[in-house]
Amino acid sequence: MSESRLIVPARYDRIKQICSFVVDAANVAGLDESSTFQCQIAVDEACTNIIEHGYEGEDRGRIEVICNTDPGVLKIELLDQAPPFDPDKVPEPDLGAPLEEMKIGGLGIYFMKKMMDDVSFSRENGTNRLALLKRSAG
Amino acid sequence: MDISTQEVKRVSVMTVKGRVDSTTAPDLENALKQLVEGDKTQIVLDLKDVEYMSSAGLRAMVSTLKSVKRINGDLRLCAPSPRVHEVLRLAGLTSIFNIYPGQDEAVNSF
Repeated sequence: MSESRLIVPARYDRIKQICSFVVDAANVAGLDESSTFQCQIAVDEACTNIIEHGYEGEDRGRIEVICNTDPGVLKIELLDQAPPFDPDKVPEPDLGAPLEEMKIGGLGIYFMKKMMDDVSFSRENGTNRLALLKRSAG
Repeated sequence: MDISTQEVKRVSVMTVKGRVDSTTAPDLENALKQLVEGDKTQIVLDLKDVEYMSSAGLRAMVSTLKSVKRINGDLRLCAPSPRVHEVLRLAGLTSIFNIYPGQDEAVNSF
């Protein structure tokens, strides 16, 4: 198993750096291209949610990313110190809604669940922890 | 992300290159908004060179689609990569947007 760690200020312009960090870990794990892309989307959406809904703005805290790899498996943990987050309170997106009623909100968690093999939220000692697991499609 | 726009047969063709994410999506939304405010309501968004799109990009496109539909226009998409198409499909947007394989087909559809 190999572990890598990145800590960045919670800013939108740091999400690309986080995605690159996750892509590097996905390559170490030997994930296929599609799975690697899905990890990027899931992490991007998670970090956007942390900044927008957790910290409620940029530069109000930090995001820590920990990647653990095994052959064909990538485990990503995102840690933040924003107020407690209850994913069950986020409504599911209504994907069948007509255009005028369509709200492209709530897609972040939906994308994470669709694209990753396991998603879990927890909170401990003032820290929110989001764990994402991806196994190579092959 | 780079954006360029040209007029083709009275259709505004906006070509986007690179990543459309939380950082760059506001620029895309503003560029599209400027077109609509300039009475350009027949718009093709060429996604051929978009390597990555998160839900922030989808939000910008849906917002513009709502605006142009209200004034009898349309925002049509062309040439999304398989990855971007997957994001559109998962968000339920492949039935909301008209999507064409290439720019010519999208322009000629107006």
